[in-house]
Amino acid sequence: MLGALVIVFREVVEAGLVVGIVLAATRGIAGRGWWVSLGILCGVLGASVVAAFAGAISNAFAGSGQELLNATVLIIAVVSLTWHNVWMAEHGRELAADMRKVGTEVSEGQKPLAVLAVVVFIAVMREGSEVVLFLYGIVVAGTDAVSLFTGGLLGLAAGAGLSALSYYGLVALPTRYIFSVTGLLITLLAAGMAAQAVRFLQMAGTVTVFQNKLWDTSWLLSDSSILGRALHVLVGYDDKPTALQVIAYAVTLAVILTLIRMARGERQPRTAS
Amino acid sequence: MRTLIGLFALLAVFAPVANANAEEVAVTIKDHKFSPDEIHIPANQAITLRVTNADATPEEFESHDFDVEKVIVGGQSAVIRLQPLDVGPYRFFGEYHEDTAQGVLVAE
Repeated sequence: MLGALVIVFREVVEAGLVVGIVLAATRGIAGRGWWVSLGILCGVLGASVVAAFAGAISNAFAGSGQELLNATVLIIAVVSLTWHNVWMAEHGRELAADMRKVGTEVSEGQKPLAVLAVVVFIAVMREGSEVVLFLYGIVVAGTDAVSLFTGGLLGLAAGAGLSALSYYGLVALPTRYIFSVTGLLITLLAAGMAAQAVRFLQMAGTVTVFQNKLWDTSWLLSDSSILGRALHVLVGYDDKPTALQVIAYAVTLAVILTLIRMARGERQPRTAS
Repeated sequence: MRTLIGLFALLAVFAPVANANAEEVAVTIKDHKFSPDEIHIPANQAITLRVTNADATPEEFESHDFDVEKVIVGGQSAVIRLQPLDVGPYRFFGEYHEDTAQGVLVAE
C-alpha cells in the first residue's frame, strides 16, 4: 500500500505543482477556474489515451515513440509558458490594477488562460498516464487490489493537498508581487521543461551532441528524493545534467527574459531620462 | 493538434539515426523480477538494451544512475539506447514493483 501511495503521490505532486503555479499566475482573471478544470479534465482523458496506447506509442519510430512524444509535448509547454510571460509583460499592469475592481471583465485575459490550460493539460497527461498504467497493473494482477487502491487514493489526496498548499502559499503574497513571482516561476518552469525535452531527445538518440554529464550532485540532492523531484518540476533541477540540457536551460531563460524586456519596451516607450 | 503532429513528425525524422550498430543486450522482466539481474557490458561503448516485459502488467523501467525512464506494457519489449558509460555499477529498477524489480548494470 505504501508503494502505491508513494508512486501516485509523486506523480500527482509533479502535475499539481504546475497546476498550482498556473492558478496563482491567473489569479483575478475571470473564468480561470473553468479553463484550468478543462485542462485537468482533458489531461486525465489524455492520460488514459496515452496509457491505452502505451504499447503502440512505445513501438513507434524505432522504439523511440515515448521519448519523442514527451519531448514534443514539453516543447509545446515551453512555447506556451513563454507566450504567457510575454503577454503578461504587455498586459500585467492593467491586470493587476483590474484585480482590485471586483467583477471587472477582462476579456483579453481569456488568451493566457487558454494557453495555460494547454500547459495544465500537458502536465496532467504526462504524469497521469503513469498513474493510469500503474493502477491498470494493479487491476490486472488482482492481488491485494483493495490495499493498493487505498494507497493510491491516499497518494492522490496527499499530492493534491501539497499542491493546494503551494497555491495558497503563492496567493498569500501581496498582490503587488504576485505576478512578478509567478512570472519568475513560470520562466524557471519553462527552462526546466526545455532541459527535460532535450534529455528525452537524447534518450531517443535523436540528438547526440553534448551528451557528456556536466556534473553529478546526486550525493547532495538526488532526483529521486521528494525534494529533488519537486525542484526538478519547479526549477528544472537535475542531479546529472548533460551539457546540452544546461545549454537548453540557459538559452530558454535568455530568450524569455529578452522577449519580456522587448515586450515591456514596446509598451512603454522610454521617456527622456 | 496539427502543430503537435507536425513537431512529432519532425522529431521522428531524426530518430533512428543514432546507435544503429550498437551492441544489443537483452533483459527480461518476469514475475516483477529482472533476468538477468546483473548485466555486464563493455565500458565506454554505446549499447542498446532490449527490455522485454513478460508479465501481464505494465512496468516502468527506470534508472537514476544512467538516467532512463521508460514504460513497457505487458508482453512487449522496449529498446533503450545507452550512451557510453564509465567503469562502474549502475542500478536500475522497475518503478511499479520496486521491492522486487531490482537490477544492476556493470560497465567494465
